[in-house]
Amino acid sequence: MSSRDVILGRVRRAIADVPRDDTPYEQAVERNYLLEHGTRDVAGTVDLLAENLADYRAIVHRTDDEELPHLIMRLLAGRGTRYVLVPPGLPPEWMSAADPTRVHDRAVSTPHELDRVESVVTGCALAIAETGTLVLDGSPDQGRRRITLIPDHHICVVRVPDQVVSSVPQALERLDPRRPLTWISGPSATSDIELDRVEGVHGPRTLEVVLVSGA
Amino acid sequence: MSGTFVGMPAFPEAAREAVDNPILRGNLRHATHTIRAKRAVAVSELDDWAALREAGKQIKDHTLRHLDHYLVRLEESVTAAGGVVHWAVDADEANRIVVELVRATGESEVVKVKSMATQEIGLNEALEAAGVHAYETDLAELIVQLGKDRPSHILVPAIHRNRGEIRDIFAREMGEWGRPAPEGLTDTPAELAEAARLHLREKFLRAKVGVSGANFMVAETGTLMVVESEGNGRMCLTLPETLISVVGIEKIVPTWRDLEVFLQTLPRSSTAERMNPYTSMWTGTTDEDGPRTFHLVLIDNGRTDTLADEVGRQALRCIRCSACLNVCPVYERAGGHAYGSVYPGPIGAILSPQLRGTAGAVDASLPYASSLCGACYEVCPVAIDIPEVLVHLRERVVEGGPTTREGNRVVLKPAKGHAAERAAMRAARWVFSRPGALGAGQRLASRTRRFHPRSMPGPGRAWSASRDLPRLPAEPFRDWWRRTDGGKETEAK
Repeated sequence: MSSRDVILGRVRRAIADVPRDDTPYEQAVERNYLLEHGTRDVAGTVDLLAENLADYRAIVHRTDDEELPHLIMRLLAGRGTRYVLVPPGLPPEWMSAADPTRVHDRAVSTPHELDRVESVVTGCALAIAETGTLVLDGSPDQGRRRITLIPDHHICVVRVPDQVVSSVPQALERLDPRRPLTWISGPSATSDIELDRVEGVHGPRTLEVVLVSGA
Repeated sequence: MSGTFVGMPAFPEAAREAVDNPILRGNLRHATHTIRAKRAVAVSELDDWAALREAGKQIKDHTLRHLDHYLVRLEESVTAAGGVVHWAVDADEANRIVVELVRATGESEVVKVKSMATQEIGLNEALEAAGVHAYETDLAELIVQLGKDRPSHILVPAIHRNRGEIRDIFAREMGEWGRPAPEGLTDTPAELAEAARLHLREKFLRAKVGVSGANFMVAETGTLMVVESEGNGRMCLTLPETLISVVGIEKIVPTWRDLEVFLQTLPRSSTAERMNPYTSMWTGTTDEDGPRTFHLVLIDNGRTDTLADEVGRQALRCIRCSACLNVCPVYERAGGHAYGSVYPGPIGAILSPQLRGTAGAVDASLPYASSLCGACYEVCPVAIDIPEVLVHLRERVVEGGPTTREGNRVVLKPAKGHAAERAAMRAARWVFSRPGALGAGQRLASRTRRFHPRSMPGPGRAWSASRDLPRLPAEPFRDWWRRTDGGKETEAK
């Protein structure tokens, strides 16, 4: 007998005392919880996102479509970035004013090559206001998971209000589980030493979020 | 479970040593009180906490009641998404599977993201025996590994170490494993974290095999999820070519939507944050993003035996948040090592004896490692009634009775060490049913009270070693009542 059969057999014997219950799963669990917390208008939701991002020590900027390239240029210059990673589908106009050399993530690039790049600029799939979370799903404007992980500085552009949801339940509803998903709430952090929070262990130590509204 | 803790003394002895260590108690008190206060704030932000807790409980209970169905469903979804599913009855089999998978890659190093399941089965030791170095990459796990130590907390495994101790471990040990600690390393947390970053980065960037656990597996979609803070998880899950995830069979949720409950309750219960910094979710393999080969090893290792226990099975709802540790007065003083298992604290006191059976001295003592105050039940985000299971397990230890081991029904004999307790209970039954004897005994006890020892002799010593014997009154209550008519007469003697 295979281990699979052994385990499934043991499970069936273990739950033999449980009365059969054919209630469809949708009705089996009471979901009396809220689908979002508090009531806000659209602007209020964006404000809450900004507040919670900042509370988790992300640096938040607000701008519009027209100013975005200049802001990105200034943010990269401010860090002294020489090389910047860009995913294949990043809108080219976002980088139109930036000086650093653009590096494209290719299948053959080794993690060591990516480690020489100082900054990365991406879009996102959506952002969650209540928790201050950015979600990346590997779409062309976000690229592979590793590019937002290895460089020490991540600039993430969020289109407001289109890409902002209030809550975790609203986020899951909009996401596709077949894509690899990365949820980011603030920069990399640890509290493993006497519970003192320290930013940046392995992921980017600086997270800058640009909330961009249509002009 | 593995033999990692073979030779551990039973809880009372281990706890006595820990309680005598003032540094350990200081470290623990600071940590548990800090995180406890933060958690209360994070939870109070959600006014539907009780409803989320109830939903989490119901989701997990439903899953356990139909576990065979959801395991098969998960296997189908993971396979359809490009993963390979393996089944392991026990720790040995799980280790054998992982060692073979690593050998097949030709690699002799793996990077690991912290995982309770792989600690439970002793995977690192098994890999080491097969000539494979396993590097723990979570900062606290690194501290534990470099310090040749054992984890003492589910969430912050190095909670028992202060910054000075950590500095010494890094300065002494890092060079043995790879990049040494920088010269003149101080004990500031920022510098220590930086030293860990540099030390581990060279390992991440060349790693070909990653090993992980998972916080949740979604049966409907085949998605696995890991929550973490540092980014070491993301490194291990995305940079290697091969990813091997070792996960207990109880970690399933039926649907994608179910994550909305646990992504709200887990971070708040665990690190007391609205959301942990990084959450990774992957479904099988994705072209050119992340590992090209994905193996999922599903482990039983005592879980089906736990499932067979009608009272104890609720322990399988556990989502490993560690909130129960931080509120437990016993854990706060005794520390995690005293529990003799990778699962310390209140949840460990009910999980370990169920996963491993109550035959060993440590496991037979664990149901007693509690004051039954109930704080653990109050904070549990999936409402596990830990006190109820503790009492149930105490009964099993003392009385014996039917239980399930390795899938077979067995009848346990009463535990040996409890003969005195049973004799005392029988004596009590005799005395309490004979009022005359009770009254005489009480009177005799009161009159001889000057001669009572501070601890009990003979087999009673085990009981009084950790308790103060109550001082007896000068006069039994019932005599006093009769003499004064319930206090109506004068008190004068």
